[in-house]
Amino acid sequence: MTLTIVLLGAAALIGIGLYGTLSQQSFVMLMMGLELMLNGALLAVIGFWSLALGGMPEGQLLAIIIMAVMAVEMAIGFALIVALYRKRQADMTESIETLKQ
Amino acid sequence: MTDVAIALLIAFAVWTGWRVFRVDSMVRASFLLMLSFVAVGGVGVLLSAPYIGVATVFMMAVEMMVMAIFMIMFMMNPAGLNPMSMVHQHRLSIAAGVLAFVGLAAAALVARPPSNPVAAGADVVAQLGHELLGPSMLIFETAGVTLLATMVGAVILSSRQGRFGAADTGSRPPGLTEGGDPAGRKPEKGQGGHGHGHGHGHGHGGGHGGGSGHESGHGQEHGDGHGGGHEDSDGQAHNDSHKDPTGDHPKDHKTGHHAGGHA
Repeated sequence: MTLTIVLLGAAALIGIGLYGTLSQQSFVMLMMGLELMLNGALLAVIGFWSLALGGMPEGQLLAIIIMAVMAVEMAIGFALIVALYRKRQADMTESIETLKQ
Repeated sequence: MTDVAIALLIAFAVWTGWRVFRVDSMVRASFLLMLSFVAVGGVGVLLSAPYIGVATVFMMAVEMMVMAIFMIMFMMNPAGLNPMSMVHQHRLSIAAGVLAFVGLAAAALVARPPSNPVAAGADVVAQLGHELLGPSMLIFETAGVTLLATMVGAVILSSRQGRFGAADTGSRPPGLTEGGDPAGRKPEKGQGGHGHGHGHGHGHGGGHGGGSGHESGHGQEHGDGHGGGHEDSDGQAHNDSHKDPTGDHPKDHKTGHHAGGHA
């Protein structure tokens, strides 16, 4: 029962994050959507580890890897945003439309 | 009892996560995201993962502070005084979000995961430590090296251009089609015009003031290509920057070259 609640919450977080990632025009808000999806993944991993895996240590390792992914995504994402702003004065997804063929 | 607390924390996490995209101020949005992470960390603590939960809270508290600084840097709507709604492809996004939720929720409801909770009083943090520095050490170290590479990459991506301006000054990448325009160098609609104006203004200053003025003026401006045209006063460079598709004001080009010739 608890696991179902946790997984439903994780699904909701991933859905909201996907909505934000696809809908936001500002790069920083878009990255909040990505973070929210990783938040949902972290919640699901914690729930599975705690309630279905009997405390296998590898489950905690997976959670730590998700946190490392969050840090990498955040650092590289903001570096890209800053680089793009320096190059193009762009802070909205619409202003890099010429990247698509 | 624990179940109720977990359900409340998850509801709080989902609600704050939803509010992230509904508030008017981006700083408030980043603090709401932090609250969502803190709630997930609380769930971790309640689900007998104290290290993961507390580490999540600590990491996200710092990360969201950094994020708030970036929010202020890139905020179109200071202090949330005006209603903020900057969305595109709204229906598609809602559909994708709802679809993801429904699919994952159906999977969670239909699946019958084994019920095998952590034994009460298990030494989970010690187990994690032994796992990290034992069988999974390679994974752990790989994560460390990945973070190092991330740091290097972030510094390189976000650093200023070198002393002599951008490396691609005056260059023209090959076209997407035979003889066509290169990708991503066309003047952008709307947002781009502002930046172009700045670039031209600085380009004039650089042409007059010589080398040092040029480098300080051009560090982050759009008009790098024009600056290159000013410095080289031979005809070749002029032709190149005339063809340069970054410029959307041919008239400004001419005046720029004129000034450059005088300097």
